[in-house]
Amino acid sequence: MTQIELRNIEKRFGAVQVIKNLNLAIADNEFIVLLGQSGCGKTTTLRAIAGLETIDEGDVLIDGQPVQHMKASARDIAFVFQSFSLYPHMTVFENIAFPLRATRGNRSEIEREVQAVAKTLQITHLLSKRPSALSGGDMQRVAIGRALVRRPKAMLMDEPIGALDAKLREEMRAEIKRLHIKQGSTTIYVTHDQVEAMSLADRIVVMHEGVLQQVGTPHEVYAHPSNMFVAQFVGSPVMNMAEVTVSEAAQHAQVLLRGAPTAFNLPSTLTAQLAAAGAENGNLTLGIRPEGVLVSREPREGFVTAEAHIIEPLGSHDIIDLQLGDQMLRARTKSGFVQRPGVAVWARLNPAQAHFFKSSTGASFGIRL
Amino acid sequence: MATVVMTSLDSRSRAASRGLSDIKIRNLFIIPTILFLIVFNIFPLIYSLGYSFTDFRASSNAPANFVGLQNYRELLNDPFIWANFAITAKYVIVSVTGQVVVGFGTAMLLNRAIPFKGLITTLLLLPMMLSMAVVGLFWKLLYDPSFGIINYALGLGTFEWLANPDMALYAVAITDIWMWSPFVMLLSLAGLSAVPRHLYEAAAIDRAGPFYTFFRITLPLVAPILMIAIIFRTMEAFKTFDLAYILTSQPTTEVISIRLYKMAFQEWQTGRSCALAYIVLIMVLAITNIYVKYLNRVKER
Repeated sequence: MTQIELRNIEKRFGAVQVIKNLNLAIADNEFIVLLGQSGCGKTTTLRAIAGLETIDEGDVLIDGQPVQHMKASARDIAFVFQSFSLYPHMTVFENIAFPLRATRGNRSEIEREVQAVAKTLQITHLLSKRPSALSGGDMQRVAIGRALVRRPKAMLMDEPIGALDAKLREEMRAEIKRLHIKQGSTTIYVTHDQVEAMSLADRIVVMHEGVLQQVGTPHEVYAHPSNMFVAQFVGSPVMNMAEVTVSEAAQHAQVLLRGAPTAFNLPSTLTAQLAAAGAENGNLTLGIRPEGVLVSREPREGFVTAEAHIIEPLGSHDIIDLQLGDQMLRARTKSGFVQRPGVAVWARLNPAQAHFFKSSTGASFGIRL
Repeated sequence: MATVVMTSLDSRSRAASRGLSDIKIRNLFIIPTILFLIVFNIFPLIYSLGYSFTDFRASSNAPANFVGLQNYRELLNDPFIWANFAITAKYVIVSVTGQVVVGFGTAMLLNRAIPFKGLITTLLLLPMMLSMAVVGLFWKLLYDPSFGIINYALGLGTFEWLANPDMALYAVAITDIWMWSPFVMLLSLAGLSAVPRHLYEAAAIDRAGPFYTFFRITLPLVAPILMIAIIFRTMEAFKTFDLAYILTSQPTTEVISIRLYKMAFQEWQTGRSCALAYIVLIMVLAITNIYVKYLNRVKER
């Protein structure tokens, strides 16, 4: 039963402000992922919660109690480091037993709990080895074991699988998820990998340059990004962004991408919604994910002609760069849908996946068609 | 089949451009060094081994007679020699323990962000850069019962440091500690700064207190380099001569090197002193070996 709350957190390193007025409430048993580029303040935030870093202003509350005056050891929080931070001179058993031995001394109880954790993580056969003899994945299992063994109030993980190779990362990702479901403790997880964030999180917290951008479920963040940064940071390949002018026509709203010869048709309610949101042409950016660009090989009603410029075959699907005048638009198609670059294709935008942002601030107008 | 031991000189190197070939370099630098070593170290070492089996006296013209192991037998059965060894052992233990405690303690204090850290470290290293004889002479003045600054500072009146048979050995040890703690400090500091900061963070997260962290994290990780400092200091302390000889002439401070010196150059028992020198050499080797074994065990992890 652990809630964590951050209130108006500010943190400076000299002249550089790394966290700006951060507010966040984390519910019991929740799996929160802090997502952002390196240097966005996510790790600093995590370390501030753990007590490894001081904050300049604001409150960190654990179960309603302010803890910023407390040392890391008094906060009863476990932390899994990116570098694993295993004690090199101790065996795996001693590493996992360390937090128990540091606080109390009942030998048989420690033995039992270490064995139980080792069994959960399937590292029983490694208990007598030293960290230097382990593979990266096993080291991380041990580090997680050391965090789990004392049943902390919350688990904090700082890019715990960032140092592993791709295949192992996928495995460990699934394992961390399984473990969270089984053990159910409040978890805060830091990563720069949006796939990790999407697959693990109950809620994702996107940060950029020390400022919290959006908090929401993976679906919310993906489908309704609150600004252009979130829109482009989450999702792969990156969302298409283009300055547009919207005009009214019979039955349709016409969306003309800058540099493109012809406009796309979107439902006519768009113009009214944009007007209501205070949007004006000249300060309007359209965002659409590649899967929101629908491609046809024959001319069809409401489709705009384009040229397939580059084709990236990715096995399960292809990513195609469509050229419309001076404008490029990436689309996602079935693999082999367009045979070769240079051919003419026809495209239209899926209205449900069109996002509109204010160019000057990047904020979303929140339009849902 | 010939094994190539020497690699050829890089044809673009400065030595090559000056027309120095590998052979010339060998003749110029390596052969004189090896000759010097042979003449002044290896030859005396072997020659004295021969003398240790004779009754040779460098002060007389009498020919040396071969006496077999008699010198060794008599030395090892001599209670006075064993008394000298006991004094030496006591001195080594007190002095090395003191150096490790003071040196490691200072290193712990210095191993954090403090202003003028570099300057303070350099200043603390000064004692070990001085000559042994100089240190001995001015500590003799510091210890002086009537005008020495130590008695004045500690308010001990006319306490006899060096003339007191029970105190003299400790006084020598204190001087040695003062002089060589910086050496232990320097190595400890290197060891301490090599302990990754994230391990301390992990220990803090794991709720380890300062003492638990020190004994379970800091000390084991610094142990290998600390062991090297201890090996060096034990060897040196075992061989101590100058400090003890200059500071005092109490029978209670007659460490084995002083006994050896007296036997060789005051009593002129050259053959027997060679035997004693070999006994000391073997002992130092044995002690060092124990440490090295331990060091290797520590380093394995």
